Amino acid sequence: MSTQTTPERVLLQGSEACVRGALAAGCRFYAGYPITPATEIMELMSRMLPQAGGVFIQMEDEIAGIGATIGGSLGGLKAMTATSGPGFSLMQEHISFAAMAEVPCVIVNVMRGGPSTGLPTRPMQGDVMQARWGAHGDHPILVVAPSSAYEFFDLTVKAFNLAERYRSPVIVLADEIVAHTRESVVLPPLAEIEIEDRVKPTVPPEWYSPYRDPGTGIPPMAAFGEGYRFHVTGLMHDINGFPTQRQDETQELMMRLFNKISKDFHLLQWYDSYYDEGAEITVIAYGSVARSALRAVKMARDKGLPVGLLKLKMLWPFMRRTVMQYLESSRKVIVAEMNMGQLSREVKRVNQGKCEVLTLNKIDGQMITPSEILAKVEEALA
Amino acid sequence: MKQTPQLIHRYLRSSKRFPHVWCPGCGIGILLGALVRAIDEGGYSKDDIMLVSGIGCSGRLPVYLDFNTLHTTHGRALTFATGIKLAKPHLKVIVVMGDGDASSIGGNHLIHSARRNIDITTIIVNNQIYGMTGGQASPTTPFGLATASSPYGHLEHPFDISKLVEAAGAVFVARSTVYHTKALDRVIGQALKKKGFSVVEVMAPCVTHFGKMTGMGSPVDMMRWQKDNAVPFEKAREMSAEELQNKIVTGVLVDIGKPTFHEEHARIWREVK
Ligand SMILES: Cc1ncc(C[n+]2csc(CCOP(=O)(O)OP(=O)(O)O)c2C)c(N)n1
Ligand code: SF4
Ligand SMILES: [Mg+2]
Repeated sequence: MSTQTTPERVLLQGSEACVRGALAAGCRFYAGYPITPATEIMELMSRMLPQAGGVFIQMEDEIAGIGATIGGSLGGLKAMTATSGPGFSLMQEHISFAAMAEVPCVIVNVMRGGPSTGLPTRPMQGDVMQARWGAHGDHPILVVAPSSAYEFFDLTVKAFNLAERYRSPVIVLADEIVAHTRESVVLPPLAEIEIEDRVKPTVPPEWYSPYRDPGTGIPPMAAFGEGYRFHVTGLMHDINGFPTQRQDETQELMMRLFNKISKDFHLLQWYDSYYDEGAEITVIAYGSVARSALRAVKMARDKGLPVGLLKLKMLWPFMRRTVMQYLESSRKVIVAEMNMGQLSREVKRVNQGKCEVLTLNKIDGQMITPSEILAKVEEALA
Repeated sequence: MKQTPQLIHRYLRSSKRFPHVWCPGCGIGILLGALVRAIDEGGYSKDDIMLVSGIGCSGRLPVYLDFNTLHTTHGRALTFATGIKLAKPHLKVIVVMGDGDASSIGGNHLIHSARRNIDITTIIVNNQIYGMTGGQASPTTPFGLATASSPYGHLEHPFDISKLVEAAGAVFVARSTVYHTKALDRVIGQALKKKGFSVVEVMAPCVTHFGKMTGMGSPVDMMRWQKDNAVPFEKAREMSAEELQNKIVTGVLVDIGKPTFHEEHARIWREVK
């Protein structure tokens, strides 16, 4: 593993950047199953993790991959798994377990063309809603979406930080283009990367209640095998982790699970905006589509058209505050995505008639090109 | 055998709200006693025992015991246990699963854990039925038996779980009944000492469903049935298939050695550093 102290310029595939980010964040456990277009992440992990003193294991399927990942995290290691659509569907039951038992873990989903086996080597963004609602039961979830190799590095680091901070599963929702594109990336010196670790208990084991709210909504987390003997279950549980059906206890647990994240909505507005000076039209995009969108917006500005871009780097929880600002300042917004309108539904939900929401959708496994976005912009201005 | 009542209180979680979930006469409680005795006999510290379970009546076992305990999802206990074992290799990891848990929904994890030779002791509570969900047929339900999900008689043939894990590569495989408690204590103790993937298949009566559906009668009748029908592996080798009909073959089926996954992983660590 690199221990560089100055910024480093390297040519990296998105998948490599993801692995570098995971290692920089302190990931020391990976369990997964091969699937295009996420296989590179697993293969790199199999080589690099043992060198870093970490654990790599190829499991028998994706259910086992995320199960072992959760186990690794309960054993005190920062842990992750990576997959694509079909494997992501298999993982849903355990994402729900991780949410309920509050086990930090990172799940990378490199979206490919779907439904079903679909177009394994082609990009789509069909899992935006699956990432939010795919796992059973009502619970919050954190989902980030990189649009470049650098962001794949950066958001993987941040995904680990979020997982550790909130004791929650965190999904890195990438797409085939972002994972497979090779580009020049400037990686920050390791010492400059902000790393968060889960809060551990400081009380003696006899006093430890694994799910007692210390006031922050996030209970300190002991690892199994370090002298704190406690119980973890996917059943609704009391502050000691024991199953309960008492309404006061179930209500308290469920509200804490939601509130621990919603109290920080203001900190979870992760986006970049471009050319929003006087923008009458704002293109909203995420993932690789945001790259085409930036090019389209530059082309439009060259033609003197008043167009800006809002690139979302966090998809869930949905950045209502940020998006509302753009809905208020723009005459029209165009949501461009490689699905039939998943994120645009959210934009429309928070819009409440403030402006006109247009959509640009593509589901043939081809990327959305800058000229297609430019054409949509010109149509909207006409 | 040590005095179980005194012993068990040293290992029960006093803070856990009893009563437990099991029906009177259920075999799972006897297994709990045997497991505690074997752990005590082995001299393990409570801090070093990691007890993991799946979902089902048997899945409720860990919560009552004062160890590191984890109650996972239906069929997937071994996957979580694998992660914990690799993250904390010093832990003695024990997985408790039901027959449906282990060999239906979790069948893939069972055979691959055996093949991989991950250092975990797996206890499979085989009551030949889905207990928790109300008596549906499981992969070990006898051919022809009418159950809640096979009202016209079960159309499928049962797995022999011990043979299944033997074929998959488990280094230690034993079967016992809960009636034969001394043998049960002994084989669990042997399994715990074994390095690698060890399996104990425990025949445990589900009085509420299997007992009712087979007309076997009271818990005592079911125990008597176990007593009368258990045949040691050695003897079974000389018996014909007909003679073995409806018998429970017990004892140690496999006891071999091979490198464990985490030993091999540790070797890679040393080589690539
Ligand atoms: C994914 C999933 N499918 C189904 C169930 C419902 N379920 C709970 S326990 C069980 C079967 C239990 O039978 P077995 O594994 O033999 O355990 P026993 O109750 O007999 O000890 C089933 C089907 C579940 N909890 N999760
Ligand atoms: S249903 Fe059967 S297995 Fe479950 S507790 Fe009752 S007797 Fe035991
Ligand atoms: Mg059963």
